[in-house]
Amino acid sequence: MSAVIDSHKEHGHAGHDHHHGPAKGLMRWVLTTNHKDIGSMYLWFSFAMFLLGGSMAMVIRAELFQPGLQIVEPAFFNQMTTMHGLIMVFGAVMPAFVGLANWMIPLMVGAPDMALPRMNNFSFWLLPAAFGLLVSTLFTEGGGPNFGWTFYAPLSTTYAPESVTFFIFAIHLMGISSIMGAINVIATILNLRAPGMTLMKMPLFVWTWLITAFLLIAVMPVLAGVVTMMLMDIHFGTSFFSAAGGGDPVLFQHVFWFFGHPEVYIMILPAFGAVSSIIPAFARKPLFGYTSMVYATASIAFLSFIVWAHHMFTVGIPLTGELFFMYATMLIAVPTGVKVFNWASTMWQGSMTFEAPMLFSVAFVILFTIGGFSGLMLAIAPADFQYHDTYFVVAHFHYVLVPGAIFGIFASAYYWLPKWTGHMYDETLAKLHFWMSFIGMNLAFFPMHFVGLAGMPRRIPDYNLQFADFNMISSVGAFTFGATQFLFLFIVIKCIRGGKPAPAKPWDGAEGLEWTVPSPAPYHTFSTPPEVK
Amino acid sequence: MMRHPRVWMGLLLWLAFGSAHAEWAVNMLPGVTEVSRSVFDLHMIIFWICVVIGVVVFGVMFWSMLIHRRSTGQQPAHFHESTTVEILWTVVPFVILVAMAVPATKTLIDIYDTSESELDIQVTGYQWKWHYKYLGQDVEFFSNLATPTDQIYNKAEKDEHYLLEVDEPLVVPVGTKVRFLITAADVIHSWWVPALAVKKDAIPGFVNESWTRIDEPGIYRGQCTELCGKDHGFMPVVVEAKSKEDFAVWLAERKEQAAKLKELTSKEWTVEELVARGEKVYQTNCASCHQAEGQGMPPMFPALKGSKIAIGPTKDHLDIVYHGKQGTAMAAFGKQLSEVDIAAVITYERNAWGNNTGDMVTPKEVLELKQAEEK
Repeated sequence: MSAVIDSHKEHGHAGHDHHHGPAKGLMRWVLTTNHKDIGSMYLWFSFAMFLLGGSMAMVIRAELFQPGLQIVEPAFFNQMTTMHGLIMVFGAVMPAFVGLANWMIPLMVGAPDMALPRMNNFSFWLLPAAFGLLVSTLFTEGGGPNFGWTFYAPLSTTYAPESVTFFIFAIHLMGISSIMGAINVIATILNLRAPGMTLMKMPLFVWTWLITAFLLIAVMPVLAGVVTMMLMDIHFGTSFFSAAGGGDPVLFQHVFWFFGHPEVYIMILPAFGAVSSIIPAFARKPLFGYTSMVYATASIAFLSFIVWAHHMFTVGIPLTGELFFMYATMLIAVPTGVKVFNWASTMWQGSMTFEAPMLFSVAFVILFTIGGFSGLMLAIAPADFQYHDTYFVVAHFHYVLVPGAIFGIFASAYYWLPKWTGHMYDETLAKLHFWMSFIGMNLAFFPMHFVGLAGMPRRIPDYNLQFADFNMISSVGAFTFGATQFLFLFIVIKCIRGGKPAPAKPWDGAEGLEWTVPSPAPYHTFSTPPEVK
Repeated sequence: MMRHPRVWMGLLLWLAFGSAHAEWAVNMLPGVTEVSRSVFDLHMIIFWICVVIGVVVFGVMFWSMLIHRRSTGQQPAHFHESTTVEILWTVVPFVILVAMAVPATKTLIDIYDTSESELDIQVTGYQWKWHYKYLGQDVEFFSNLATPTDQIYNKAEKDEHYLLEVDEPLVVPVGTKVRFLITAADVIHSWWVPALAVKKDAIPGFVNESWTRIDEPGIYRGQCTELCGKDHGFMPVVVEAKSKEDFAVWLAERKEQAAKLKELTSKEWTVEELVARGEKVYQTNCASCHQAEGQGMPPMFPALKGSKIAIGPTKDHLDIVYHGKQGTAMAAFGKQLSEVDIAAVITYERNAWGNNTGDMVTPKEVLELKQAEEK
């Protein structure tokens, strides 16, 4: 297989002096089919979206700094909460993991590139188009989407601003991009593994991505379906979600959350995989239970399809339905517990050092577990009647997404930056980045548990005075976290431009094929497949 | 900015003493019904289960991070995989979960039992207010935010119940099983009163049921908890629980008021009287979209000042106020307001902000439209 790809490359570069270097100029990036180039573009795009979505969070936290309306009007506030959610989920977290997959999966399985390189290029370049379309709606008359990232009908259909049509097409483009990305990951993992690398020898990052890719293929079409039904309701006179026409607004929520719950795991499973490589590397000790980690991931993925209605405990589903979804949701704690126990026992009696990737990974395990605890509390349906749609939920999902997904991405970035750039990053600054992020993030999100339990609903631009003090603390934490991310940008740029040269394997406890190639990884790697014993 | 020192001092105090000061509420309250107390108990049980697991797991991790580090000369062990341990940490959490599911199931079954109610109240969510209808009692009214705009825009001191106060609270008797039939007229809302542990979505086209039996008289406050558009944060729920005797008195008064309102329809009104009444109706029902000075927020919410409808034929103006406008946020106020209020608000709109048409719509005209519709 690799021989075929190689001969294509030779033809493509016929007449050039070098056969294996990247093309020159801007067109390199537009036309590239190289998994490393595309991975880098995904990661940069994701970081740009992270800053954009983050700046919207800053607007939200600035308005909530004190009670009363000071900075923005409620109509714009709603656009900010909506766009913040959409951009962070679809623009920051998902593309970051696709970027990591592009860079690392071929290196980890010993493949010369992704299986479908041209499609890879297309799935990346759809994203700027999708987000250009989405963000442009903020400048239209009537404003951008203002119905929350969950866009419940009929607020998002009959009562939506005109820009909702742009939003629908943007979601379609993101969905096409994700599905193509997922197909590529599956095709690469199943077809391009080096000889001797059986499925149960794959690094866990590859395993979790394989499972994530199947989740993506299963649920992105469902999301596309639900936005298409909205499009029909808005423009073609159907009444899928309009009660006045005999439709059903609750149907929207069932379809949306059938996508939405697996989506939650799409955003966390690859991070599980990454920290399952990083913790053993810095504990200098093998992962405690590789096999049980694989099975736990698969169980979580399976359960993610049968728990969607726990997002809808208050819509009035029948008692038996309520009980089923409560029990199924509680069950997720079992495989998740297996994972956490595995990470803890991997650390036990290791010989640990705490470089930035390990710091972020340990914080990931602890803080994600806190998010898991609040998730378990939310699973208890009668208690959920009190928690639902309050700041307790906001605290919960930010605990699983920020120290979960985002810290997982930071840990991965620091872990593999030497491989990508050929330089060591500045460890002192990276530690500062970690501690500032850690403190800022906890200050921002921990008090949200309190205001939520005290009765503050989510998605409101103004609140009663009893919530004032904790909101101010949250805002201070959020500004700290936000500002700190410019430090990350600085560290990465500094690392690209120079620094201590990185050896092929900069971490003495690290394992895997990616450390057998030089740093920085050459433009083409594993043109001849390695032998895995 | 004077608040800053207080914030940090408060944080320290709270960390030091776990202070239970009202502004530092950190937990759910047990509430005032049997259901709310059992929900609170579930909340505390699952919370403590999480705390215990957290202490054990994080304890192991922190111990390991302090002791098992290379800087202390620790040599890495090489153990991995242990079927016994792995079975144990799968089965133990499962058993804990089953133990937790039992009381949760019991409470849930209780919450779902809406039978044998003594009083039925229909709760309807509108953008952005609640409508309460006492079924079989001929009493119904809207409940609007009562916080003045000046407080919201920081031009006046905010009072204690800022954003949690309404012009007309829902009044219920204590010691009585009250059933709520919850629905919505436009988008999805959610009716929540934390002290009663009742939260149920109000969904157009659906009628959801919920119930409560309040132990002690008092005023219990909550908010809409489903994003419902621009003023989602400004539609509080206030429930006033009265003793059974006081409730009976209140209900009789409301019935009398309803009868009086009907009489108003047949009264002869002047333009000035209607404009005066209409201004209040406008500020409560229309100003959040069309704005206090009728300038609107185009294109979502058109201006009324100088608009074709507000200075054109009265018939079209009555039609749009009465029936609303399909496919937009403009609601059909025919079902929401009394004949007098519809006539008043239209007359106001036609004579305010330089819309000096000088003409009026009378309550009788509205009544005629209503009767024609009902045939």
